[in-house]
Amino acid sequence: MENDAIIKIENLIKRFPVGKTEFTALKNVNISFGTGEFAGLVGPSGSGKTTLLNIIGSLDSPSEGEVIVLGKNVSLLTHKQSAVLRNRHIGFIFQTYNLLPVYSVYENVEFALLLQNMSGSERKKAVMAALEWVGLTEKVKSRPSMLSGGECQRVAIARSMVKRPEIVLADEPTANLDSSNSHNILQTMKNLNRELNTTFIFATHDEKVMKYLNRIISLEDGKVVKDLLMPDSKN
Amino acid sequence: MLAFKLAFKNLMGAGLRTWLNVSVLSFAFVIIVFYNGMIDGWNRQSRIDTRNWEIGDGQYWHPGYDRLDAYTINDAHQVMSDEILSDVKNKNLAPVLIAQATAYPLGRMEGVLLKGIDPEQIILKLPSDKLKPSDDHDYAIIGKRMAESAKLKMGDKLLIRWRDKNGTFDAREIEIASIFKCDVPNVDKGQIYLRLDVLQKMMGMGNEATLLVAGNGFQTRNLKNWDLKNSDFLMSDIDRIIQAKKAGGSIIEGLLLIIALIAIFDTQVLSIFRRQKEIGTYIALGMTRPQVVGIFTVEGAAYSILATLLGAAYGIPLFMLIDKLGISMKAARTTDLPVAEKIFPYYSFNLILITIIIVIISATIVSYMPARKISKMKPTDALKGKLA
Repeated sequence: MENDAIIKIENLIKRFPVGKTEFTALKNVNISFGTGEFAGLVGPSGSGKTTLLNIIGSLDSPSEGEVIVLGKNVSLLTHKQSAVLRNRHIGFIFQTYNLLPVYSVYENVEFALLLQNMSGSERKKAVMAALEWVGLTEKVKSRPSMLSGGECQRVAIARSMVKRPEIVLADEPTANLDSSNSHNILQTMKNLNRELNTTFIFATHDEKVMKYLNRIISLEDGKVVKDLLMPDSKN
Repeated sequence: MLAFKLAFKNLMGAGLRTWLNVSVLSFAFVIIVFYNGMIDGWNRQSRIDTRNWEIGDGQYWHPGYDRLDAYTINDAHQVMSDEILSDVKNKNLAPVLIAQATAYPLGRMEGVLLKGIDPEQIILKLPSDKLKPSDDHDYAIIGKRMAESAKLKMGDKLLIRWRDKNGTFDAREIEIASIFKCDVPNVDKGQIYLRLDVLQKMMGMGNEATLLVAGNGFQTRNLKNWDLKNSDFLMSDIDRIIQAKKAGGSIIEGLLLIIALIAIFDTQVLSIFRRQKEIGTYIALGMTRPQVVGIFTVEGAAYSILATLLGAAYGIPLFMLIDKLGISMKAARTTDLPVAEKIFPYYSFNLILITIIIVIISATIVSYMPARKISKMKPTDALKGKLA
């Protein structure tokens, strides 16, 4: 795992100002992720899962330590370089889907590709392929308000996968879904992980998600307390 | 290009909110164009009328003449040289002799200016051809305003009394040969037009004139003992009035524009607070902060583009109708300003272009101001929708 690590975190500390004092959200975290992992950061609320995910996605920066993503130290990236990293190499899936409400399903998925200046025909091909992965080719013209929660999250998955990123960061992706939808979504992501060898990292405390994970990293009060490989995970 | 595409998409998606802002802004846009068109139309019309009825293509004044000082009239007259008379004959110059007099309409007494004018002149629109020569009658023409104030009509006789060049009082009865309708009060109010030769004789000022009006065929040059007054000088009063009107109008236009811009500013501020998650999502998907600021700024600017289109949609037919019917200005005709009964607004390309540019630039600025806040927003807070 260490040899082909695409994410390497060393001595990561993250502090947030709280009034005149500081709150330490991550305390000396050391972990790495390899290509094609299907891993989860698990732990109770406030354990630092989302913070760690945000730092890996270069949406936030470390207070101390190093976070190397695809060979790039996120602390040293400019805003523009961070944006390029997110646009080309990292996909995000959020608990509340974060779809753009005035855009259709097709346009939501297409959005990331528009930023890459891809030609129209290439974009169309890529968007339709992504929608096919998640089984939503018939809903291309629908607006997010016309979709169920499960469908919205599928659109979010398609949007994160359309650019074929090396890493997908999913923050509580099943928290707003019922059991059946959660399993469908997880199965879809698992398939994509297998087919495209994309690294998936989840932040979750959902038992359903954990059953699918190959690796579970438990966080408590900002510290990694357990890092387990799960050979018996689903599929 | 992407920013424009996304901004228009977002605006269309915002539905009624967008159209309310666009309607207010388009109203301001149409009013600004209309008001300026009215002023420009009036300006154009009054300049044309003043040129046609009063000043021609410039004037030559006796050096002692001052149109704003009645005391100068008595001494402001001189003999016209052969060179001038030749231009008069060729209808390139129209001499005018001015004298003060008292008229007695219906037994009342009224101070008037007598103006002697060549009946054959064609430079001014005055119907001087109505001043027929006659041995037993002295014909005069007056304007409608003068006729109304003195209660005179065609064919009426009017007693006038004046002092000739030697200071001797004389009086005679004149007959109103024609009443002309003119939009320039300076040509009309308190003025009686006689044949030049008749007035010269009455005043004992043979072959003399107070001023010479140049026609468009006249080669502008210096005439000995005459002061050239060009159109800019002669129209300076109109220019000042128009400028004052424009300044007054710009306050109303400014207020209208401010109301529309406040609506856009308000919408943008609200948008930025309500759409924090969207902003966070844009950043998570790989947009840079300046790109997101760009989207919001272009969104604001796009209001002005839509307002221009909407304004054109109802403004063009409305303006065409007004252009056909004109705007009645009867109330303004009681003033001393040259105002036609109807004003036909004049919309120049420059006026429309400048108004569009002002509206777009102001809308862009007021959209950029709240959008700058995005660049200070932390993406993680934006994604959570935390109010900053």
